[in-house]
Amino acid sequence: MTATPTHPGTGTSRLAAAGLTLGYADTAVVHDLDLRVPDGKVSVIVGANACGKSTLLRGIARLLRPQSGAVLLDGEVIHRQPTKQVARVLGLLPQNPVAPEGVTVVDLVGRGRHPHHGTFRRWTSADDEAVAEALTLTDTLGLADRVVDELSGGQRQRVWIAMALAQGTDLLLLDEPTTYLDVAHQVEMLDLLAELNARRGTTIVMVLHDLNLSARYADHLVALRGGRVVAEGTPREVVTEEVVREVFGLDNRVIDDPVSHTPLVVPVGRHLSATNQENR
Amino acid sequence: MTSTPVLEHGAEAGHGATPPHRLGTPTVAALLVGAVAVACVLSVVVGARSIPLAAVWDGSHPLHNISQARVERTLLGLAVGAALALAGAVLQGLTRNPLADPGILGINAGASFAMVVGLSVFGVSELRDFLWVAFLGAAVAAVLVHVIASVGRDGATPMKLAIAGAALTAATTSWTTGVLLVDRQTMETFRYWQVGTIGGRDLSVLLTGAPFLLVGAALALSGARLLNTLALGDDLARGLGRRTAIDRIVLGVAVVLLAGTATALAGPIAFVGLVVPHAVRALVGSDHARLLPLSALGGAALVVLADTLGRVVLPPSEVQVGVMAAVVGVPVFLLLIRRGRSGSGAL
Repeated sequence: MTATPTHPGTGTSRLAAAGLTLGYADTAVVHDLDLRVPDGKVSVIVGANACGKSTLLRGIARLLRPQSGAVLLDGEVIHRQPTKQVARVLGLLPQNPVAPEGVTVVDLVGRGRHPHHGTFRRWTSADDEAVAEALTLTDTLGLADRVVDELSGGQRQRVWIAMALAQGTDLLLLDEPTTYLDVAHQVEMLDLLAELNARRGTTIVMVLHDLNLSARYADHLVALRGGRVVAEGTPREVVTEEVVREVFGLDNRVIDDPVSHTPLVVPVGRHLSATNQENR
Repeated sequence: MTSTPVLEHGAEAGHGATPPHRLGTPTVAALLVGAVAVACVLSVVVGARSIPLAAVWDGSHPLHNISQARVERTLLGLAVGAALALAGAVLQGLTRNPLADPGILGINAGASFAMVVGLSVFGVSELRDFLWVAFLGAAVAAVLVHVIASVGRDGATPMKLAIAGAALTAATTSWTTGVLLVDRQTMETFRYWQVGTIGGRDLSVLLTGAPFLLVGAALALSGARLLNTLALGDDLARGLGRRTAIDRIVLGVAVVLLAGTATALAGPIAFVGLVVPHAVRALVGSDHARLLPLSALGGAALVVLADTLGRVVLPPSEVQVGVMAAVVGVPVFLLLIRRGRSGSGAL
């Protein structure tokens, strides 16, 4: 442990994990993990490849049954609650979702309303409003009648976010929402999520690869290694040279981000450090 | 189900906003109902001997008996065609595999094998028993394919399902051939059935199968919303509050009932379950609430038309509907593939 894990002590948290062990078959990927997701904040889970961050996200989204421990939503074990009821509170956007062929934007976004429909309940004007609002917030109203397959990567990702928004949940989990996007679209996507958090108070938990963008957009940062929390807290508390070295095994410098004044990690590769020394 | 007045004029004019589906759903529905009606009339009128439509309701007409046989044949064709297309549409949604078809996923082969074993080993001869045997074969094949494809961490992916289905089809087909080679008598009975035919069966055949078809169709049609969420992938569907394992079982039962009954009634008719949902999807999009009922209409029209055509292409003999469905289906399929390449289309 290199950083003192600071829990969001005063804030409330509707979503939490207690002693959570997750895995596939008999191998555990996440070990005895405790986590409290601060309400109304943006939490970001970071870590090296295969550190268990996606598994953790799937676990707290109730897609994986814990080998031991539990995920708690509003104080109750999430797996014991009716799944459809959970879906009205907790939304999930998995990594690289694939749109059904030929589906239009408005149709896809409308499918996010599923948890609000009973077995026989029909589409209502409330559904129309939720869909229209989701399209407006994500700036995809102009694409409403387009076929999703025909859109660019950035547009498509905004449409998926719109679908998740149409679900109308207080909590939203996203697994690498910026994969395959160029840097401009990554920033655009994270700006959109930050806006949603600010405007609607939606609690956001996401897995991100880019440490610097994570530091910029997260209120609460969780660093994982080998399925365990190494450090947790504000970006300034978590993103230190020591933690980055421990989590990613990467020699690095941390400087001040001139734009956001959050920590900025500058990697020191083998190649460059050697050249620098020669030059000196 | 999701188009709204608020959103309809939302598409920007300068965005090249081509409506994705050229014909509206009501137009397509009307065309398909028209096609079914035309197919029915032709199926009664056309044949080795043309008969006037009036013979159907005129009991004293000299050709009344022939017309009755043709009406029964038409009804069977409608039921089998609708069932196969519906089963195909459900299966394509269920496996997220646009090439899924009761034929490709081993369900027809399983039903065939079970029927050959039933004929040869257990001496099954009653149609009702035949149906149960066919269901058993279809269900065992469906479960086996799913179990084989589920091995491994990523579960039953569309690709693995198709491979498992192809493998099981190959295996059961060779076992079927094996049984037939050593049992001449079964071969005689089976040969005719194997090509797929709806001629020469009386109404009691259809009535025996009807309850199974109706339950299967009800399950399938009420599963439109389940299919719409499953189409998003398992993680999303479960995130939206579906119990995907239960949904799969319900829809799988629907497919087995529909495909199993259709196979038992008419033999394995290929291509209907594959082509019809594809063509309908290209016309009305991928919302199962529209896709399923329209596919049923399309399948009914295709089988009855193919059967009628089969009576006139090679007079005086008849070409069975199983062969004709493929003859009609292949060009449609090729057309869909071409469309798919040139743009956003079907494949």
